[in-house]
Parts: sequence; structure tokens; C-alpha cells
Amino acid sequence: MPRYLSLVQIDEKTAPAEGPSPELMQRMGELLEEITKAGVMLDTAGLTPTAQGKRVRWEGGKLSVTDGPFTESKEVVGGYALMQCKDMAEAIEWTQRFLKVHEEHWTVTCEVREIAEG
Amino acid sequence: MTPQPTTDSTPDPDPDPEGGPDAERGPASERDPGSEKNPDTAIETVFRIESPRVIAGVARIVRDVGIAEELAQDALVAALEQWPRDGVPDNPGAWLTATAKHRAIDLVRRRERYARKLAEVGRDLEAAGPYLDQPSDPDDIDDDLLRLVFTACHPVLSAEARIALTLRLLGGLTTTEIARAFLTPEPTIAQRVVRAKRTLATKNVAFEVPYGPDREARLDSVLEVIYLIFNEGYAATAGDDLLRPALCEDALRLARVLAQLMPKEPEVHGLVALLELQESRAVTRTGPAGEPVLLRDQDRRRWNRLLIARGFTALGRATPAAHGAPGPYALQAAIAACHAQAHTYEETDWPRIATLYALLAARAPSPVVELNRAVAVSMAEGPGAALEIVDALTAEPALRDYHLLPSVRGDLLRRLGRTEEARAEFLRAAGLTRNERERELLLARAEEDDRGAGEGGWPTGG
Repeated sequence: MPRYLSLVQIDEKTAPAEGPSPELMQRMGELLEEITKAGVMLDTAGLTPTAQGKRVRWEGGKLSVTDGPFTESKEVVGGYALMQCKDMAEAIEWTQRFLKVHEEHWTVTCEVREIAEG
Repeated sequence: MTPQPTTDSTPDPDPDPEGGPDAERGPASERDPGSEKNPDTAIETVFRIESPRVIAGVARIVRDVGIAEELAQDALVAALEQWPRDGVPDNPGAWLTATAKHRAIDLVRRRERYARKLAEVGRDLEAAGPYLDQPSDPDDIDDDLLRLVFTACHPVLSAEARIALTLRLLGGLTTTEIARAFLTPEPTIAQRVVRAKRTLATKNVAFEVPYGPDREARLDSVLEVIYLIFNEGYAATAGDDLLRPALCEDALRLARVLAQLMPKEPEVHGLVALLELQESRAVTRTGPAGEPVLLRDQDRRRWNRLLIARGFTALGRATPAAHGAPGPYALQAAIAACHAQAHTYEETDWPRIATLYALLAARAPSPVVELNRAVAVSMAEGPGAALEIVDALTAEPALRDYHLLPSVRGDLLRRLGRTEEARAEFLRAAGLTRNERERELLLARAEEDDRGAGEGGWPTGG
């Protein structure tokens, strides 16, 4: 049963400035409980905005550190979920349920990637 | 029953049976690869996720897990007909449950032979009737699911039947998958499942969570089923069908679900802790050619930190509050935690492990536990003290053909400089093991001289 990392990506420029509504938080909480009860969720968290982040880069044998926000990226990682599922289809199903709790004015992309074992 | 390590392992100061999950999972995995492009696959995935809860909800009405499973399948057929046409409902689980419950009620009403049952469950139906299309209370769903767990693991069934039924109803495995994972012909497993359902019906096993005096025994039965499933996967080798090692993860998921359903049961958390910690070493237990790698030679940097952290969290919940000592699963998890905590083999806290084995031997005595205790004592106090324990086990009928007994004994004798006796023991162990790679290892050990003895004493994997 492989592990899958869902990288939750949002466009910081168009994401609702007030953040998630209380109703969204409520629905999200219920869903997280359900995914945990199903024995699927291993770890999940949201990240602070990229304005508080840094990019540390290694290129041409040199290190550089760039302050956020990362305006050149359209979508940035805003959170993650680490799930253990029977297969990709199951990971997709849970991911869709996660996306469906958002209101229509949200645009969210989840990139679901299998963890390489070994 | 006492949890026991499987009998297929190399001398290892740890109940760490041989073989391990293949590192290559993923594209090669045989489990319904599934594609989001195929609506049927998507529906079947939803069904697989929801099926335990659907079956549990229906079983509460019809009081028969076999019939409940059939009705759940009927609901799947209905979904396959309707969803592609009308779209997937917002809450597919509730849809499936409501559909299956409606059919359950039709069935109960339609068939005369359920007249008696109808009288029994009439109240439930009256209560359920008007609210069927309402989302169920999550707590009710949990209660039903827990009833299903206890029913599938009922001691009236044989261990094999409990395992098959649990994987089928709760683990979401098909009969084909179970058969392959257990190296058993599919008709045998299908028969086993059918007979198990019939037994539950004919013995009138109540669909309930046990309370009162037999609760502990019934919970032991549930934990044992999950542990046996895990050990089956643990005993698989890298060359095995991937479905075999995957059983470890099926068991782990079942244990995690159970911990959510029974958060106040320390031994449930003990089992979760044990399995999380054992699984954290999965990728390091076999070498590139599928050969077993002993604990002392495993690359600890590759142990899975997330699973270790989860194991420690669960272990923290496995200690009973004010009353009572930790149970057998919590003790075994504590031993596994000692290994997980040691950054190198040399740092292993053997005195603590020996103490934990002594507690385990007092709590759940078994010859295998005693043998493991001897190994820990040999590391903590030296081979002399350990040999006394092992010599007391040589008359034990349960260990007569257990290759680890002469293997451990041979090692202790070698460390004591009794080379000839040691050689005889290694040869005996080589004759007993069913694992070809282990036989090679033991034959090589028989031919060794005294070099290497007394350095912790465990074979270095050849």
C-alpha cells in the first residue's frame, strides 16, 4: 500500500484574502476526521504564505537565498497531505473529497505524487 | 492468545521474522492500478472505500453480515448504473448506505422467513425509516463499524476464517487478492468466507460490541487477527508476490482504524505501536538480492522516521492510566522502540530489552518469548546466563523443530568457546530451517572458527 504526498497548490494572488471561511474550516475538520478514521491520513498541515518563506538555491556551485513572496510562480505549495492508500485511484478519490469542501470561488490544485520506497 | 513472532526467522535478538516488503512498489503493484479516467474504476474505488461502513450499516438492520455484504454489492451495481448517467452524488458513501438499507428493508419485509427477524428489528426499522436519506450520525457509523469488526473476528470462527472475513469485509480485499496473499487456492478462500458467514448466522452471533466479562477475550481475538495478518506479510520474502508483503500495510491500516474506533483501549494502541515500529524497518530487512538482513546489519538511516514517530506516539497511548501493567502488545512495542531509539546496534539498551522480555514472559509466557529473552540476556549479561535459559528450553516440545533454538544455542556455545558443540547446533539448525538463504548462513556459521565470537555474537549476514 503505497504512500502518496498531495501537494496543495494555490495562487496567492487570487486566493481569498480573508483565508478559509469558518464553514470551510468546519467541513475540512470533519473530512480530516473521516480520512484519519479510514486509516489513510498519516500527516497533514498548511503552510504560512510565501511572504514568510525563503528559497535556498544551489546553482553553478553557488548558494543563494531569496526572500518570499514567490511572485514569479503562479501557484505555490500552500499545504500538504501524506496519505497511505491502496492505489492512486484511492488517493485521487480522497483528494477530490478534500477539494470539494472548498467554496466555488477557490482555485486549488493538488499534485498527487507517490512516495518512492526503498 | 499470546502474540508470537512467526517461526521463520534468523537468529536475531528481536522477534523480527524474515523477509520483508519488496522495495519496488508502485507501477509493478498488482492492486487494481485504477485510473481516474475510467468512471467504473472511480465508482469501484468509492465503493471500496465505503464498503465496510455500508456493510456495517446494513448488518445492523438485517443482523447478518453475509446478507449485508450482498446488499452492499447490490448498491454498487445500482451505482454503476446510475452514477455515470446522473453524476456522482455529493456524499457517495451516504448514497450507497441509503440504497443498501432500502434494499435491506425491502428484503426484511418481503421474505417470510424474515418475519421473526422483523419482529426483532422492527423498532430499528421504525426508527430508521423516515431518516434513511438523512446523513447518518458519524458516531452511529462508528458503532456499526465496530460491531462489524467484532463480528468478523468472533472466536466462534477459526483463525483462518476470521482473517479471510476481516480482510474481505474490512480490508477491502477481493477473494482473489486474499488467496494470492496467503498462497492458498482461490476456491478455498471463497469457501472459507462463505462458511464463516454461515457459521455466524447459524450460531446466531449477535451483531454487537461486547461489554462485560468476555469483552477482553473478544478484543484479544480482534487484535490477534490483525497481528496474524501482519505476520503473514512480514514472513513473505522479497521474491514473493507483492500482495504478500502488502499484507503488513493492510494490517497496519486495520489497526489504525481500530485505534480510532477504540481510543480508550491501551492494547489497541500497543498493537498499532508495534506494527508502526516493525514496519518502519521494512525496506532495510532484505538486501539487493532478497537476502535477509539481520537487525544488527540494517542501515538504520533508512528506517522510516515518520513510522517511528507514529509508533512512539501510539506507544504513549498504550500504557494504561492508573490501573494495571502494560499488556503484551505494549511490551513488544516497547522492545521495538528500544531498537528504534538506538542509532547504532552497539547503542542498543540490552538490559532494558531483557527486562521488558521478563515482563512479557510473566504476562504472556511462551517458549518463543523465553528464547528472545535469552538472546537479550546474552547481550546484557553474557552468554553464560543466557545458556541457562536456553538449556531449559531444549525439552520444550513446541520448540522441537524450531531452528532458532539450536541456532541461538550454537551462538552462545561458540561465545563460550565450546566450538565443537556449537558446530553441531548450527548443523542441526541448518537441517531444520525451511529458508534456503538461512540454511546457507547456518552452514557457513558451522564452519567458522572462533574468530568473531564474543563480538555481539550474531551472524553478520555472511
